[in-house]
Amino acid sequence: MKRNGSKSSTQSARGQTGAGLLFALPWIIGFLAFGLYPICMSFYYSMTDFNIFQAPKWVGLANYTELLSDEKFYKSLWNTIYMVILATPIDLLIGLLLAVLLNQKIRGLPVFRTIFYLPSIVPIVASSLLWLWILNPQYGLLNGLLKTLGVYQPNWLMDPRFTKPSLVIMGVWGVGNIMIIFLASLQDVPRSYYEAAEIDGANAVQRFFHITLPSISPVIFFQLVMGIIGCFQYFTQAYLLIGGSTGGGLNGTSGGAENSMLFYALYLFHNAFGYFKMGKASAMAWILFVIVLVVTAVLFKTQDKWVSYGDQ
Amino acid sequence: MVTSKSGGKGNPQIGRTAAKIAAYVLTVACAVVFVFPFLWMLSTSLKTQQEIYSFPPTLFPHKVYWNNYFLAVTKMPFLRYTWNTVAISVLCVVGQVLSSAMVAYSVSKIKWKGSKVLFPVIISTMMIPMQVTMIPLYIIYNKLGLVGTIVPLTLPAFFGGAYYIFLMRQFFKTIPDALFEAAKIDGARETMIFFRILLPLSRPVLASVAIFTFLASWSDFLGPLLYLNKQEQYTLSLGLQAFMQEHYVEWGPLMAASAIFTVPIVILFFFAQSYFIEGITVTGMKG
Repeated sequence: MKRNGSKSSTQSARGQTGAGLLFALPWIIGFLAFGLYPICMSFYYSMTDFNIFQAPKWVGLANYTELLSDEKFYKSLWNTIYMVILATPIDLLIGLLLAVLLNQKIRGLPVFRTIFYLPSIVPIVASSLLWLWILNPQYGLLNGLLKTLGVYQPNWLMDPRFTKPSLVIMGVWGVGNIMIIFLASLQDVPRSYYEAAEIDGANAVQRFFHITLPSISPVIFFQLVMGIIGCFQYFTQAYLLIGGSTGGGLNGTSGGAENSMLFYALYLFHNAFGYFKMGKASAMAWILFVIVLVVTAVLFKTQDKWVSYGDQ
Repeated sequence: MVTSKSGGKGNPQIGRTAAKIAAYVLTVACAVVFVFPFLWMLSTSLKTQQEIYSFPPTLFPHKVYWNNYFLAVTKMPFLRYTWNTVAISVLCVVGQVLSSAMVAYSVSKIKWKGSKVLFPVIISTMMIPMQVTMIPLYIIYNKLGLVGTIVPLTLPAFFGGAYYIFLMRQFFKTIPDALFEAAKIDGARETMIFFRILLPLSRPVLASVAIFTFLASWSDFLGPLLYLNKQEQYTLSLGLQAFMQEHYVEWGPLMAASAIFTVPIVILFFFAQSYFIEGITVTGMKG
């Protein structure tokens, strides 16, 4: 083939196909083994009664109908939707606010950027422990501050009304990643747009809403989609904070105060590895899959209305 | 003409300065709020149990109490946990960098029909919730007797991750084809081009992928929770969680352990800041 050189183009094209396939092989094998096959099996398991120790037994749609009359299922779904609606916009807004602040050609930018970014890479177990301590009702930093100010001190993780706000506060501490992305996109907005607007007499607020926001709307959209998909899978923080605030064991199946932190992925985990109801948990996984697909599709439908991709 | 700059209504010059100062004050205020939890972690890790439980809380310990750090590394097999975590992370980094680079090369620089189909498929797999594959994978590993080993935590890294493939592809696309054409005329095979030309030119993106993979496996909790069931296999994440379950009220050692767990990440950030920023920017902006 090497010797033939340009003589036979079909042969070299075949060589390219071979090489392309060869280099893509890791992903193809990985996808079949860790993606497609498990996905199909998950669908099959969702139709079975399966506890891992005995062979799966076919039950048709029984797991799905069981879920439809399972109060905890609805509770976990509601908790998750609550988080999606509360946490995602707050994270995006604060991420954007910090990015806008840092985009003012501020002195000491690298220092501030580091300060805002670092919390987002703290290992999740370490940050959860830290917040468990900060939110400690009696001795925590936050209630210490509130007490000094003479303000009402919530029981945070022990009070079902405050568990989700606690998680949101903790999440806001980790918006550094989103901030970096927004900051980069802000810096990409051509200066000439602003100069033109300024000549037309637009003030800072008008410039922000008519130039900045439309210019970075694709980035906001992408972050919104990823944020929502991530939020539907909210698990680790809830698992750790419940374990820490109730002292439950490793295989605990607690959902926190009045199940207020029983998120969808957590209840799924309880079903699979706490109660060993693999079939029911698989059914939950498929329902989650469908929800994520539908939500993403709906978001993509709305994007014509508010996302502008410019002309490049 | 010159005076018209500061003319106009409401003196925009002063308004602009005021806005700048307001923005600066707000930034500093936010920065204080963001730094505080870190300070609190360090502060608690250096206090005696007695001072930790006193009111009002103090930011600076009356007497620096280093003993918490000693307790943290002796009350649990800290070195063991660290070694386990490092071993898993390093294996993941090696596997991920190599496999993702190969796949990214295939879908960006090799001209074959499959690449146009394959790339969108790879990207769309990012939408699959991991819960869908979690249970069947656990069952497979269980059947193969691999639960309780590090195989389930490291093997998948050798088959390329969608995020990392995407990140690398974006970078590879910026390398001029002419470089490869020249090598091909000289008779170089794809493998040689990959190792001799592409990889050396792509050090920045390889570094980004290595860093993100390291971060992810260093901090991973769910994976070890599912697959590591003997204490001597625990990673720092799992070990720290187990420690919390046993010593719930000992915030001094707990915060000391958290600090030790976090420090390597902070150091990594300071040495490789630009790779962090570049990597996040590319994956976050061009969906």
